[in-house]
Amino acid sequence: MAILLAFAAGVVLASYAGFREFLPGLIEGAWVTVQITVLGAMLAVVAALIAALAKMYGPWPLRWLAIAYIEIFRGTSALVQLFWLFFVLPHFGIVLEPLTVAVLGLGLNVGAYGAEVVRGAIQAVPRGQWEASTALNMSRASALSRIILPQALVAMIPPWGNLFVELLKATALVSLITLGDLAFRAQQMNQTTLRTVDIFSIVLVIYLCLALVLSQSMRALERWAARGIARGRVA
Amino acid sequence: MLWDWNYTFEILPELARAALVTIEATLIGFVLAATLGLALAILRMAKNPAISIPATVFVEFIRSTPLLIQIFFLFFVFPHFGITLSGFTAGVLALGVHYGAYCSEVYRAGFENIPRSQWEAALALNLGIVDTFRSIIIPQAIPPVIPALGNYLIALFKETPLLSAIAVLELMQTAKILGSESFRYTEPITLVGLFFLVMSLVSAALVRLVETWLGRVGRRV
Repeated sequence: MAILLAFAAGVVLASYAGFREFLPGLIEGAWVTVQITVLGAMLAVVAALIAALAKMYGPWPLRWLAIAYIEIFRGTSALVQLFWLFFVLPHFGIVLEPLTVAVLGLGLNVGAYGAEVVRGAIQAVPRGQWEASTALNMSRASALSRIILPQALVAMIPPWGNLFVELLKATALVSLITLGDLAFRAQQMNQTTLRTVDIFSIVLVIYLCLALVLSQSMRALERWAARGIARGRVA
Repeated sequence: MLWDWNYTFEILPELARAALVTIEATLIGFVLAATLGLALAILRMAKNPAISIPATVFVEFIRSTPLLIQIFFLFFVFPHFGITLSGFTAGVLALGVHYGAYCSEVYRAGFENIPRSQWEAALALNLGIVDTFRSIIIPQAIPPVIPALGNYLIALFKETPLLSAIAVLELMQTAKILGSESFRYTEPITLVGLFFLVMSLVSAALVRLVETWLGRVGRRV
């Protein structure tokens, strides 16, 4: 289904006159979009793991810090967070590059949602696994890192796939803090050429293709990670 | 001086007015999303593939492209087809369509949870498709998914700052203008952030309340 959709979109695009004219500039923008998505995703995974572990097992100051982080970043808009990092932090003497703001803002935002995903996946590991670890005389830390987390990581791949697509779509916001991503290039070209229909149609299709590539590769990762895990009824 | 209280009180009335625009956009957008989502979910269930496949493709397309580009599309591209929308209309329409696609998935989950026997009973009672949906399926499918819809209401609310990109005078745009007038961004943007945080936390608590209430009602039956 997804492949068919991408193929149809490609055929429509290839028969388009504006395709050759606008594509080089838009691909440059798409490259920035991909960079922010990849860097943001890495930050999000790290932030989510730290925040979830701190919230579940940390001493109370760390736990409260993690809860505050998760609630603040989930409770406010991604755009407000980006503007805050971009416009307000300089008043405190911290001037960040737009690319840094983009990766930091979006990565932390998605990381806050991801923390709940991580927590859910860890809690979904059966209690018996903890008990078996205790029976084998493992410390809590090594049980967590060697028994619980490896199983939880497999379970959290599908929701992370959804979050990464959300992240990809949220990168369009960085065009509003002057970063030259796909959305920014589109607006720039629109202002100079006024070929609005062509440009925005191509841009929508590029985002669609990026999202499809992302979700398909997450599905491949899911299959790879789940190999050897017995699931479902015995036939 | 990092935080200027006088300036804070000076800009509060203007931000409050803008907050009303934000809330208005949220409510109209969500009514649109809830209605469109239901229509899309029903269309996707159609037996005729000429109806169900375009509806599915539409939902997938909307869900995998950024809301910001969709807003630009409505605002900049539609005038080329002779449909000129004001910033507010285009923004609210884009919010409604985007979250309509998400809501349709929620409704779909609700419909899939209806036992097959309900459909069979409706058929046995010789109810038409309209009556089946209106009196049998929808009344049972909607209540369990209300919390999920509530979460999308909160998500939609948090996306309204995107309307600032097409110069709608909602909260974010007003804060940006105030900031550029006084070169003090700290207070307006922090206040906007606080507003969203408080509203989101309060509405998340409300959704949880509705959830427990629905759970209790469900058990009593």
